[in-house]
Amino acid sequence: MAVIRNPKDFWAGLIYLGIGLGAFHLAQDYEMGTAVRMGPGYFPKVLASLLGLIGLIALVRSFLRPGEAIGRLAWRPAFLVLGATVLFGLLVRGAGLALSLFVLVLVSAYASRQFRWRPTLLLALGLTVFSVLVFLKGLGIPLPLLGSWFVR
Amino acid sequence: MMELLANLALGFDTAFTLTNLLYCLAGVALGTLIGVLPGLGPVATIAMLLPVTFGLPPVSALIMLAGIYYGAQYGGSTTAILVNLPGETSSVVTALDGYQMARQGHAGKALATAAIGSFFAGTVATFLLAVFAPPLADFALKFGPAEYFSLMVLGLIASVVLAHGSLLHAIGMIVLGLLLGMMGTDINSGLPRYTFDLPELADGISFVVLAMGMFGLGEIIRNLEHEEVRSALVAKVSGLMPSKADFKRIAAPILRGTGLGALLGILPGGGAILAAFAAYSVEKKISPNAAQFGKGAIEGVAAPESANNAGAQTSFIPMLTLGIPSNPVMALMIGALIIQGIQPGPMVMTDQPALFWGIIASMWIGNLFLVILNLPLIGLWVRLITIPYRLLYPAILVFCAIGVFSINNREFDIYLMALFGLLGYIFAKLDCEPAPMLLGFILGPMMEEYLRRALLISRGDPTVLITRPISATMLALAVVALFLVLVPAFRKTREEAFQEED
Repeated sequence: MAVIRNPKDFWAGLIYLGIGLGAFHLAQDYEMGTAVRMGPGYFPKVLASLLGLIGLIALVRSFLRPGEAIGRLAWRPAFLVLGATVLFGLLVRGAGLALSLFVLVLVSAYASRQFRWRPTLLLALGLTVFSVLVFLKGLGIPLPLLGSWFVR
Repeated sequence: MMELLANLALGFDTAFTLTNLLYCLAGVALGTLIGVLPGLGPVATIAMLLPVTFGLPPVSALIMLAGIYYGAQYGGSTTAILVNLPGETSSVVTALDGYQMARQGHAGKALATAAIGSFFAGTVATFLLAVFAPPLADFALKFGPAEYFSLMVLGLIASVVLAHGSLLHAIGMIVLGLLLGMMGTDINSGLPRYTFDLPELADGISFVVLAMGMFGLGEIIRNLEHEEVRSALVAKVSGLMPSKADFKRIAAPILRGTGLGALLGILPGGGAILAAFAAYSVEKKISPNAAQFGKGAIEGVAAPESANNAGAQTSFIPMLTLGIPSNPVMALMIGALIIQGIQPGPMVMTDQPALFWGIIASMWIGNLFLVILNLPLIGLWVRLITIPYRLLYPAILVFCAIGVFSINNREFDIYLMALFGLLGYIFAKLDCEPAPMLLGFILGPMMEEYLRRALLISRGDPTVLITRPISATMLALAVVALFLVLVPAFRKTREEAFQEED
């Protein structure tokens, strides 16, 4: 990969180009219309072409102009933080708000390098109680305290 | 003049109800809180709170959200001065001299200077807003669809020019945002676009989901990347009031900072951050105490603190009068207005005078609250700094998750938010800022509609954009702005303006 002199430009360009091409392809199903009566495909196609063009420029530039390397991706925190969020979505109806919040805090807090059990458990408990009181009782968000897996 | 007074009276009438005073207080207190806590910015906070404000009357909602934004500018300076940790990006330059002052035992003086400068700037900016908003809105009433389209192009381009970082990537992010704004059912034909046959996407992506993902979750991962143990060494606060000699030194920098900040705040892409950076570099060049800068010069605190508060407030001018956001916070405000059923634009002032003037009046009241919150209660905020990030970010996640769920009561939005969190993190690694994308996302559907109408009126002739004088002027300005960035001399100044950040 020594030819790529600016990896940030390269990958960003690739993403732009990919999304641009994809968006253009999908927009082919939408009627283009005429300039007088712009169809639903008109503006998206213009934007998709523009994005593809910008992606191309970035790609070409990445071979010409040197730039910094991309820093290491922090996979562990990314995985744990995003995973905890998705897990919350999966659990919230079945297990209920209280349990899913507890899991959300516990899993996400594990992403920190300074993770310790005691303060985290206290935090999870505190946040759960607070959220149940404020969001469930106070603001009346339609979520069960205990989910359908426990209550019939 | 009489009209102005009558308008302000209406504004204070609206803002001075007990409910609105309470929301104003809640807003500025929350703003101070997130300003003090590093790693939590106004964009993520406002996005988190938006679902809560849906049920409020529009005036109260906007008063609170506005308070969060300018309140954050106050809070950010506290941590910058006391622990050298800028809570907000706009306070980065305050840390340079403010922390040095604190180390020399002048923490109290630095804090008081920041508060006095901010309050003065806030008062002036509120007044400017009241004076300049009506004529601007009157002028904007003459705008047709072509003018609006060009104005939005100018706004988006200017936001790129005045921001820092790669120009190409910023434009790329704008276009990506515009494209994301196309998702959902097309209002004219009823055709679902980019919905991937998912009924959940029929109404497009909620901008709250996008903002929370990119700014909330993405930021958390970014912060965890280089997590460090924060020193809990907090400078002792003593001797709050500046002396007479100090007042003489800070008077001119506060005036200059206010002027510069107010001006830069109006420009698209401006706002608090740019204002603070610019004010500091100007002051460093022309101050008689230039040699002291970086070693604890009181001017180095007064100027940027006045500027960031002035800029935060005048950035409401284009939002309230034209319906054009100049920064991501204003983009969220526009989203909040739309959700409340108010079409942003020059009509807001005539159709909803109580809302318009109420917000303006609340800003001055909010600034007063902030002085009270920040000077006597400083000890409380200082204690909050010691909250470690490892306890803070799970709490942010909890609010994001519940907030996003409550918009439509469905899990789908939570997954979507996680996806945008990943995207936000990856783009951040590639030096692609999420702010232009949010601006594009909000403006996308409006731009399409204005373009459609402009072309319909002109019978499909695209030159309508350059034959109508106002529209042509705005497009010309956009082109000039773009070329300016490419000119080496200007590019150097642009980079210099942000160099203190490193």
